[in-house]
Formats: sequence, structure tokens, C-alpha cells
Amino acid sequence: MSVTDAPRIVTRRLGTPRSWTLETYLADGGYQGLRKALTMTPEEIHEQVNTANILGRGGAGFEAGRKWGMLAKPTPVYLTINGDESEPATFKDHMLIEGDPHQLIEGALICAYAIGADQVFLFVRGEFPLGIERLQAALNEAYAYGAVGKDIFASGWSIDVVVHPGAGAYICGEETALLESLEGKRGYPRIKPPFFPAVVGLYGAPTIVNNVETVSNLPWVMLNGGDAFAALGEGRSKGTKLLALAGHVNRPGNYELEFAKVSFRDLIFDPSLGAGIRDGGELKAFIPGGASSPWLGPEHLDVLLANEKIAEVGTMAGSGSVVPMDHTTCMVRAAWRIVRFFHRESCGQCTPCREGGGWLEKILQRIENGQGRESDLDLLMDVCDNISPGVRWPPAQTTICVLGPSMPPPVASGIRMFRDEYLAHIRDGRCPFPPDRLPGKLASV
Amino acid sequence: MARLTPANEERARQLIALYPHHRSALIPILHILQGQDGYLSEDGMKHVGELLGLSAAEVRGTATFYDMFHVEPVGKYVVAVCTNIACMLQGAYELLEAAQDQLGIAPGGTTADGMFTLEDAECLALCGNAPCATVNWRFFGDLDPQRFAQLTEDLRAGRLDAEVPPHGTLSRVDRNVGLGAPGQSVHGAGGPPPPVDVAAAAGGPHDAGIELATSLTMTAVIAHEGGRGLDHTGTRTDAPGGTDSQDQR
Repeated sequence: MSVTDAPRIVTRRLGTPRSWTLETYLADGGYQGLRKALTMTPEEIHEQVNTANILGRGGAGFEAGRKWGMLAKPTPVYLTINGDESEPATFKDHMLIEGDPHQLIEGALICAYAIGADQVFLFVRGEFPLGIERLQAALNEAYAYGAVGKDIFASGWSIDVVVHPGAGAYICGEETALLESLEGKRGYPRIKPPFFPAVVGLYGAPTIVNNVETVSNLPWVMLNGGDAFAALGEGRSKGTKLLALAGHVNRPGNYELEFAKVSFRDLIFDPSLGAGIRDGGELKAFIPGGASSPWLGPEHLDVLLANEKIAEVGTMAGSGSVVPMDHTTCMVRAAWRIVRFFHRESCGQCTPCREGGGWLEKILQRIENGQGRESDLDLLMDVCDNISPGVRWPPAQTTICVLGPSMPPPVASGIRMFRDEYLAHIRDGRCPFPPDRLPGKLASV
Repeated sequence: MARLTPANEERARQLIALYPHHRSALIPILHILQGQDGYLSEDGMKHVGELLGLSAAEVRGTATFYDMFHVEPVGKYVVAVCTNIACMLQGAYELLEAAQDQLGIAPGGTTADGMFTLEDAECLALCGNAPCATVNWRFFGDLDPQRFAQLTEDLRAGRLDAEVPPHGTLSRVDRNVGLGAPGQSVHGAGGPPPPVDVAAAAGGPHDAGIELATSLTMTAVIAHEGGRGLDHTGTRTDAPGGTDSQDQR
């Protein structure tokens, strides 16, 4: 099948013994990208990154080089790395932080040099203590090695890097909420405008917020050139992408694959990748790009894994999380669990999200428990419409951030694809899949 | 309970020095406080507020926003069973029900002996090893009711003490560079870093984290590597059961 021979860019060292140590990193060319970067001007690095066309790997897919170009330049300037990975079924940054922390540090340093940052904060999800320990140990090593701190590699350039633990809040993956949290406050997303932290960010200063995987590409880009990166993939989607495959496949895991050369079918069914649906089951539907993305069905398996290709069929590549669901899966229950997540993680600032999430969760809960009404489908869509007017894609929003508008897609796409299944729950007064109701206290509304 | 110990207060002061604005150190310091007592006590939060020039309400109002912070005592081990979509598809609710039966508590509850607190958790980012759980945020993947029983038995017997520190301990590796040197402004330049003194580090907040091995075989598969890792493009190591067979494409 069409699994390509593209080089591994961000996962090359993973799986090697003690991949998180300086010793392992240096033995594999570690910090050579930074050394090369320091012989270049920041503008030259920015040019390479623009050539590479690195789309942000956090979920929004915004070009990293373009983001850097928006930076207002009164000092100080900060760089914050977003390692708050919490999107359901996404576990790629977790692996990069634990498995190759020096690559992350080197990538962050290259970015910091290119944008003229004054300080770097590595914001790591608090629930990753091993990652935090490995990253802090790597930072201690990097300082001792001379890659961080004063007069780095005798270049005259100095910078400090701080490992900052989060404390458990999905919303802090939203970049303005992340900055609020980094300021020691509740993780409330900021009202826009200003839209971009590059203009008003940490402590009100210009700040670049880049994802872990995004900057982990930079050492390779420095050593091999933006052209080599851009030679991989197609269209806007260049380089490789780390895909987190979970759910009903035989071989779940993280796979680094060339952009735009591999289809969902390859990812899910290729023997070297997902190796098909577990227990010989049939694919019913799949979540293509994180919990907030509209679902796709088997008819979309040949869509190539590239941001614009996935967008063409009305959904998104998002965080790179793909979750196939087999024929035994209850689609009401799946939608309920995703909505329950967003409702629990709503920061509570905006009424449509805070209240609408609870409504959606309760309505889906009663349908799943066999207590639904025929009018519930319209009611669900009405609530969705209040959270995200028009329930269209890409979503409109009535809220400060996109957490609220993340709830309608799994509900609306589920109803569109599986309306009969919803109606069967209501008509028969029970879920057609075992177990026929939610467990414990969730079994009643 | 207690205010920060002198040693932890010193760690807090070192954290404060890292940031351009003091308040940024609040969450890292709260992690130190929770590591000290297992939860955030009123006295402790008041002390943190004094260090940062914040009111008790500002400290508490921030702390309670975050899922990891507990302002009431919890068990020695907080067991968080993920029930989000990837784990649910692999039987997480059945696992959670079994956990409730085995421990005799509902999510949010603590066993009478103070050993376990159970939580119904959101995605823990170990989806390749679903269903999964964390104990004091240390990862355990590919669980089923039998493995869960073995896990809690091993915890009770102290067989996982090296891997699972008491609740609240976040990082056992402290920053040991760019601090404390005279006239050294951390902001902007770490200054000439002192050599890493592993022996000294081992005496205080230690660096066991970087040495944590994956040799645990007595209990449920422990996925210290952040889930199933890749061994080359498009292929990953088979983590469950400690096997190392690799499928080559």
C-alpha cells in the first residue's frame, strides 16, 4: 500500500534506549541544528521555516512561519511551547515530551533565536509527571552542555528556558487560556480582539505560542533545509505528520507519516499501521481529527491525510487523532461521551457553552438510557444552533473560544449519519447495543 | 495542615525567581505544597499567598479551577480511570465499575483506610494503551479488572513505591541550573551554568525520574513511555505484556 519511505523527522530516536538523555541525543546529531542556526541570521531561519511551510501541529493548522511574522517587536518577547496536550484520543506530544525532550528544547531554542525571544516557557500538561521530570532533567543537561543559558555555544546569544507544569484543565490548550494559566490565574480564554498573542500575549507582551510537535521539526529543518521539508507532502501540507491512532483498531499507536500520501484507509487497515478493525469487525465511522471534528464514514476512507484534503469533506485534520469505531459501537453513547467531556471542561465564562453543554449531555444521556423523545433530535440541533449558529463547518461561535463550538460537530454529524439509530433508541426505549444503558448513576437522568 | 517547610519554601523562592512576574510561580508552588501534604491545606495556601503577595481567595480561586489540585485530603493513591472516548471504546466503563466494586467506593470517594481515592477521569493521553488509568499521575495501560486488582494489590504491598510516589509529588527532578549565582539574572540569561551535580541532586529532590526503567513486570503493564512508541515509520513496538516483537513492514 502507499505507505511512503519518507524520513522520520520527529520520531527518529523514539524507541532507542534512553532516548531522553543528552548522551543519546548527541550521538544522533543532537544540537547540530541549533549550532547551524546560530551561524545564520534570524531572518534566514524565518525564511527556511517559511519555505518548509510548517503547519501548526496543535490543531488549528496555522503556518508557523506566518505566525512568527505577525510578532510585534517591542521588547520583551516571549516564546511559549504548548505541551498541554489534552484533546481526547490525542497522545503524540505526550510521547515526544517523554521520549525526546532534547529535540523539543533544541527546537524551542531555534525558534527563540529566530523570533528574538527573551525567555522561553515550556508549558507541559500537569498530568505528565514523567514528561516533566524528563524535560527538566534534559534542561539541566542542556544548560551544563552550554546549549541553554549564557553565551550559547560561544555565539554571544543567551536565553533562559523554564519548564512550567500545568495543573489539569483542557481549556489551557487554548493559547490565550494557556497564557492566563502561565500568569498564575484561572485558565480563562481571553476575549478577542486582540486575536493573536503575537501582538498581545504573556504579561501583555508579544508572545509566540507553538505546539510541541511543530517546534520538534525545527532541528531537522535547520540541518536539511526548508526545501527538503517542503519536498515532503503536497499543497499546504508539507513534511510529516504524527498521527495518533486509537479506538477499534488492531494496532493503535502514534505513526509519523508523510503528509498527503497516506489515506485513512491506509492508516486504519495497512498491516504495518492500524492493521484493520479489531476482532475482524466492520468500520462503522471514524473521528478524523480530534474529538471536536465532524465524523466520517467508510465512504471517506480514501481521503488523503492532508489538512486541505480533509477540509474538503467538511471536517478537519485537527490534532491528528484518528479514532475508528466498529459496528458494535453505539453512536449516541459516543457522542454523549464527547459532549460530556467538553461540558466538564467548559471554563464557564460563556453561557452557550456552560449551559448548552449540560443540555446536550443530559439529552443524549436520556436517549441512551431509553428515555428519549422524538422531539429530542430537534432539541439537540436547536441547542447546537445556539452554541454554534447554523451548525455549519467550519463552525461559527457565540463564545469567547472554540471549546463550545466543539460540541455540535459530533452531535450533528452523528445525527446526520445515524438518524435511524437515534430514532431506534427512542422508539424501542432502550439502546440497541449492549449494555443497553449507561453505568451506575448515569443510568438515570 | 502545615505551611511549607523551610526546604520547600526555598524551592518556592527559587521558582519565583524564574519568572518575570511572581504570580506565574503560583501553580508550580502549589504543586510543591500538594507534594508536601498530599493536598492543599488552608494554612499552606495562605503561606503561598504570603510568598506571592496574593490573598487567600486569589490562591484558592486559582487552585480550585484545576483538576489536579485537591483542597480536601485524599487517599495516598489517587486512581484516575480514564473513561473518555478512546478508553470507553475499549471497555473503560466496565473497568471503572470493576474498580468501584473492588474498592467499595464511587468516583470521588476515598477508601476507609485512606489508601485509595477513585476518579472518573478525562483523557490521559495514553490512548494506544486503552483502557488506561493513572495512579498519582503515573501511567498504567492495557488494564482490565484482573490487572486492576493486581495493581491495587501491588500498591498496597508497597511493591510500586519506586514508581508511584505519594499523592501530590509532581516532578522529582528540580531545576539545578541558572539559579543562585551572585548577580545572575535568570530572566534573559541563565548565566554560566554550574555542572550538574547528580550526587547533590540525589540527596534532595532526586532525579529518579530520568532513571525510571520499564522493567516492571509484576503488575499491569506500565507504560512509562507515553504509550506505544514508534520503532520506525509506520510501525510501533508492541508494548503489552512486555513483549518486544516488532512487525516490520
